[in-house]
Amino acid sequence: MSQIFHHSTNTFSRLSIFGGIFILAFLVWAWAELNASDYATRAKVPVEQPVPFSHEHHVGGLGIDCRYCHTSVENSSFAGIPPTKICMNCHSQIWNTSAMLEPVRTSFRSDESIRWIRVHDLPDYVYFNHSIHVAKGIGCTSCHGPINKMPLTWQQASLQMAWCLECHRHPERFVRPRSEVFNVTYQPPANQEELGRKLVREYKIQSLTSCSTCHR
Amino acid sequence: MRIRPLAWMSLPLIAGGVTIGCRQDMQDQPKYIPLRSDNFFADGRSARPVPEGTVARGLLRADKVFYTGKMGNDFIDRIPFPVNRDVLLRGQDRFNVYCSPCHGRLGNGLGMIVRRGLKRPPSYHIDRLRQVPLGYFYDVITNGFGAMPDYAMQIAPRDRWSVAAYIRVLQYSQNASINDVPAEMRGELPSQNAPAAEGPKK
Ligand code: HEC
Ligand code: HEC
Ligand code: HEC
Ligand code: HEC
Ligand code: HEC
Ligand code: HEC
Repeated sequence: MSQIFHHSTNTFSRLSIFGGIFILAFLVWAWAELNASDYATRAKVPVEQPVPFSHEHHVGGLGIDCRYCHTSVENSSFAGIPPTKICMNCHSQIWNTSAMLEPVRTSFRSDESIRWIRVHDLPDYVYFNHSIHVAKGIGCTSCHGPINKMPLTWQQASLQMAWCLECHRHPERFVRPRSEVFNVTYQPPANQEELGRKLVREYKIQSLTSCSTCHR
Repeated sequence: MRIRPLAWMSLPLIAGGVTIGCRQDMQDQPKYIPLRSDNFFADGRSARPVPEGTVARGLLRADKVFYTGKMGNDFIDRIPFPVNRDVLLRGQDRFNVYCSPCHGRLGNGLGMIVRRGLKRPPSYHIDRLRQVPLGYFYDVITNGFGAMPDYAMQIAPRDRWSVAAYIRVLQYSQNASINDVPAEMRGELPSQNAPAAEGPKK
């Protein structure tokens, strides 16, 4: 019987056996990358809301403090989404005929909640708490990004476990003075590591990485 | 054996089939987290209002003077708890968050929202408001006044008193003369023509 394959194909077959490892490695890498990508974590996608509320206008332009609207962020796990009454503090007089704000006025008249669409949503098996982060000098923008530049709110970070842990292992890289927590234009100084270590000691920040911190 | 490779090849299919059956039960557990909606109640809110005629734990408002700012029908002109530096700093913090958008950081009524068209509130430094008792400020925060909305929802009662105390601080400071500053500290003041800190800085 004559040969079906030419001799030179031997090289190909050896190459492909060898290359298989790389192909496999590539697939694993691609899968991991995809999993952490903004596409999979839904990060950086502006979310359409029933009212086109703009942090860019209210925070960046008017300089309103986060706590004016997110009233419970300092003393509760939940930051709080403002009730319609808080919008009406100003919008009963300002832009009070704008069509854009009609859902707000309807909600105020009928006492029916505006149904904001969640932007951030951790799985229910994860415990998160705003008050501790605020109290220990972690700024809003460290986690939520440039909120003062968002015409519609989006999620900046991946919110994956690796992201939480990166900071829980090295809080000194992110901590800032307590007085700057709500400052949206804060830039970490050049000597962040040095300042960070000082603040970690001063605020007695622990490195919390045990599973039961977040899965309880 | 012919079946072997076929079995191997079908493994991914089986794996795929198994995971399609996966559900998100742990991600979305049937429990209430704050503000999660629920169709069980007609208005869709899982956070229920307090039934009429009941008092939630810790919200008994027995101390009328503390919670209304009034003794009988008259406003009191004191803070119903000892005032120290921390109380004033707390008042400053709350004032800058909740009042300065309209009243300005100095209380002159020229906040950012006013510049965008809201009715201009009176300056705190006019005579009439320098004479009113402290309880009056507490009352304005709690119940609103004219075109001003109330801030009862956003500011806790104790903090309202701190804000009232801080308004007095502003009134003193805006009407102070150099003679009110202890002689040894006058050197620390910025020079006369330094621009006044005004408006929300953030
Ligand atoms: C004038 C009121 C107001 C102010 C001030 C404000 N917010 Fe908001 N914020 C809202 C409203 C309303 C929403 C819900 C609509 C949306 O997601 O855009 C929201 C949503 C958010 C969300 C997304 C919530 C989600 O659904 O996951 C984040 C994060 C947030 N705000 C952070 C901040 C930070 C940080 C500041 C201060 C720098 C701030 N906000 C100041 C009103 C406000
Ligand atoms: C402290 C006052 C204040 C509060 C509270 C407030 N707004 Fe505004 N809002 C303004 C002002 C002032 C403007 C006009 C913006 C400008 O001139 O730049 C505005 C503009 C808007 C606009 C017009 C479109 C735009 O982005 O310019 C929308 C929509 C809006 N606000 C929604 C809301 C909603 C929803 C809330 C409640 C969560 C809210 N606002 C709370 C002061 C306020
Ligand atoms: C350590 C990171 C971190 C910091 C710091 C932080 N947030 Fe958040 N924030 C989150 C995460 C994570 C969620 C999603 C929570 C969830 O889905 O349960 C969230 C959700 C929110 C929401 C939606 C409502 C809620 O509580 O679920 C608002 C509003 C918000 N943050 C505002 C703020 C403000 C204002 C600050 C600054 C005072 C702040 N956040 C600081 C991580 C952070
Ligand atoms: C930028 C830094 C940073 C990020 C990001 C961060 N944390 Fe934290 N976290 C801290 C610091 C600092 C503390 C305070 C540690 C201490 O108690 O000293 C803390 C504490 C906590 C606690 C302890 C609260 C308590 O009551 O014991 C929980 C739970 C927590 N974080 C959950 C999370 C989760 C979940 C995420 C991700 C979604 C996250 N954190 C992301 C910095 C961070
Ligand atoms: C700082 C908070 C934090 C700590 C500490 C933590 N986790 Fe997580 N974990 C998370 C968050 C947030 C998620 C959700 C990730 C997502 O939605 O992609 C998660 C998800 C998971 C998942 C689901 C699989 C996944 O990645 O989506 C497992 C399993 C898990 N964690 C196990 C652990 C174990 C085991 C430990 C201890 C070694 C631990 N976690 C410690 C925050 C934490
Ligand atoms: C949304 C803008 C706005 C905010 C925020 C605001 N005010 Fe006012 N305030 C007004 C306006 C407008 C008036 C004038 C009302 C009138 O004369 O109809 C006023 C008037 C007042 C007066 C004078 C009442 C009188 O007798 O003339 C006091 C005192 C006062 N505000 C205190 C406060 C305090 C304290 C806060 C913070 C907790 C606050 N305000 C926040 C808009 C605001």
